[in-house]
Amino acid sequence: MNKKRHINLTGPISSVFAIVIGLLFGFIVLLFCNASQAIPGFFTILTGAFTHGLKGVGQVFYYATPIILTGLSVGFAFKTGLFNIGTPGQFIVGAFGAVYVGITFTSLGHVHWIVAVLVSALCGAVWGIVPGILKAFFNVNEVIASIMMNYIGMYAVNWMVKADKTLFNSMRNESKNVAVSAQIPKLGMDKLFPGSSVNGGILIAILVVIIIYLILNKTAFGFELRAVGFNREASRYAGIDEKKSIVFSMMIAGMISGLAGGLLYLAGTGKHIEVVDVLASEGFTGISVALLGLSHPIGILFAGIFIAYLTAGGFYLQLYEFSTEIIDIIVAVIIYFSAFALIVKSFMTKAARRRQAKREEKGGKGE
Amino acid sequence: MSVVYFIFQQTMFFMIPLLVVALGGMFSERSGVINIALEGIMTMGAFTGILFLNLTGGNMSGQGQLLIAVIISMITGAVFAMFHAYASINMKADQTISGTALNLFAPAFAIFVARVIQGVQQIQFANTFRIEKVPVLGDIPIIGDLLFKNTYITTYLGFVILAIAALVLYKTKFGLRLRACGEHPQAADAAGINVYRMQYAGVILSGALGGLGGLVFVVPTSTNFNATVSGYGFLALAVLIFGQWKPVKILWASLFFGLMKAIAAAYSGIPFLEGLGIPSYLYKMIPYLATLVVLIFTSRNSQAPKASGIPYDKGAR
Repeated sequence: MNKKRHINLTGPISSVFAIVIGLLFGFIVLLFCNASQAIPGFFTILTGAFTHGLKGVGQVFYYATPIILTGLSVGFAFKTGLFNIGTPGQFIVGAFGAVYVGITFTSLGHVHWIVAVLVSALCGAVWGIVPGILKAFFNVNEVIASIMMNYIGMYAVNWMVKADKTLFNSMRNESKNVAVSAQIPKLGMDKLFPGSSVNGGILIAILVVIIIYLILNKTAFGFELRAVGFNREASRYAGIDEKKSIVFSMMIAGMISGLAGGLLYLAGTGKHIEVVDVLASEGFTGISVALLGLSHPIGILFAGIFIAYLTAGGFYLQLYEFSTEIIDIIVAVIIYFSAFALIVKSFMTKAARRRQAKREEKGGKGE
Repeated sequence: MSVVYFIFQQTMFFMIPLLVVALGGMFSERSGVINIALEGIMTMGAFTGILFLNLTGGNMSGQGQLLIAVIISMITGAVFAMFHAYASINMKADQTISGTALNLFAPAFAIFVARVIQGVQQIQFANTFRIEKVPVLGDIPIIGDLLFKNTYITTYLGFVILAIAALVLYKTKFGLRLRACGEHPQAADAAGINVYRMQYAGVILSGALGGLGGLVFVVPTSTNFNATVSGYGFLALAVLIFGQWKPVKILWASLFFGLMKAIAAAYSGIPFLEGLGIPSYLYKMIPYLATLVVLIFTSRNSQAPKASGIPYDKGAR
């Protein structure tokens, strides 16, 4: 019992270790830039999200919604042995699907937003399934295929938005507003966090986190997906259709990322698809969230909120004339050190073993 | 004819960074370390190189200044890549994760430092490096117009690097050892090669070339640096795969990708292409679509270094 708990703790501890080093690094950078402002600046990063009370908390959940989902997308693929770096593409394609339905299918009435959200997941699934099929049937490395799909998706979305006069706002070089009926309802969030942009999207995100957790851990399907992730050959030997598993897990991963895009662009907070040749940053943040959350759905939920919290605090840094990029630097350092998890883990198991050996030795002497 | 010359000259601007960076990636992957951080390395190299051009803009100009910037970019790239080397070789970290961390770090760092130094994130520089016409060589008909007019010294540097890279990889002891580490590190180790040292060499070389590539990308195509190399690091990764990890094939791949980029950038000014009515987005997408198609046909018996991406563990059986 005792031993089991040790193994379970190594993951979170290496995450905490990475977070502490990342924050320390951020503090040192602040010190180098402007020593007198560094300490208040650093406190702003840690507590800035609470500056406006409940409204601030609501903003944190608003920022967290898409990155929890892109994080979940990456983490889910990780659990099945795939690195889904294709989240930026799946995200923007999903966003396009949602915006397209949100602008054109105005006769749907009450179910308009539901259809738009579902279409976003569908579009993401299409974008995710391509690297999955290539991996399963043609042995194409999913990382490279996903990177290609990112750029193809970005250019395709820009092209489609720009080409369609009903979608394109040429004055601002971005997509038009979605219909009010396509906006995600607040579902009580506006009463809980008055004045903030948060909406029912966060509840949908949490629901998806729970569903993915259940699929991965409580169903035979999820077990098969994870088994293929552990060992493709062994799974095939055990009678699992490993090609189907790979295709399905990339499809589901794409679906989650697409949903992230849909929820963000249907939030009705003035977010539009900008026609610029830049990959969606929410997609890449998802990679950070997944790594920090150790690819565990619940871990990802907290990691997403944590990174959103830092981002919200980072806004107020401008008061001290630091730019908000310091948050990205901190997150990058956290990810870099979380890649060292293996070393931390082996160090901890070694220490635990040494302790165990000592205890046994003592016990032996006692007898 | 002038349209052909123009497109070709433009192609060079887009092609050389891809060539140089893909060759860098080649050294890293051939030593057994996947380097997905090329985008971040390019950003860092471009950042310090352009910052140097900006800071010395008042006192220096011309090719001498550019060459110093080249050296600075290469050193920056090499140092930055060492973080990747340390994580992937010493700490046996997941190479994709460590590379992703570097990619996240570079643009944030470039923006942050630029703001601290000069208040805005764009770093301006005066482009005094364009060579209108190379003496003598520029007078040769056709070839002179294609290769020796309206060009940059970095273009020739790119071709020199290609020649050296091919020689080093195939004709030297170092190259043979490097390739051995990427194919079968255990065997290389048994033969007395220090695998860790060779992998460090591979990653550092990729960093130096990546940093150079960043500078070479920004100088001909822009007058300021805005903390991004527009996905060229990832495109170089595609060039590397398209070129099947081999120097000469990488040259052809980068030429093709460069041509597509040049057409996408310049097509509205060319009546013939404008008349075809193909949207520029299609040209932008073609390199990525083509890479996917090539991947489908080549991945079954991939030419990729066999041990690429697997941390080398001396004790592994």
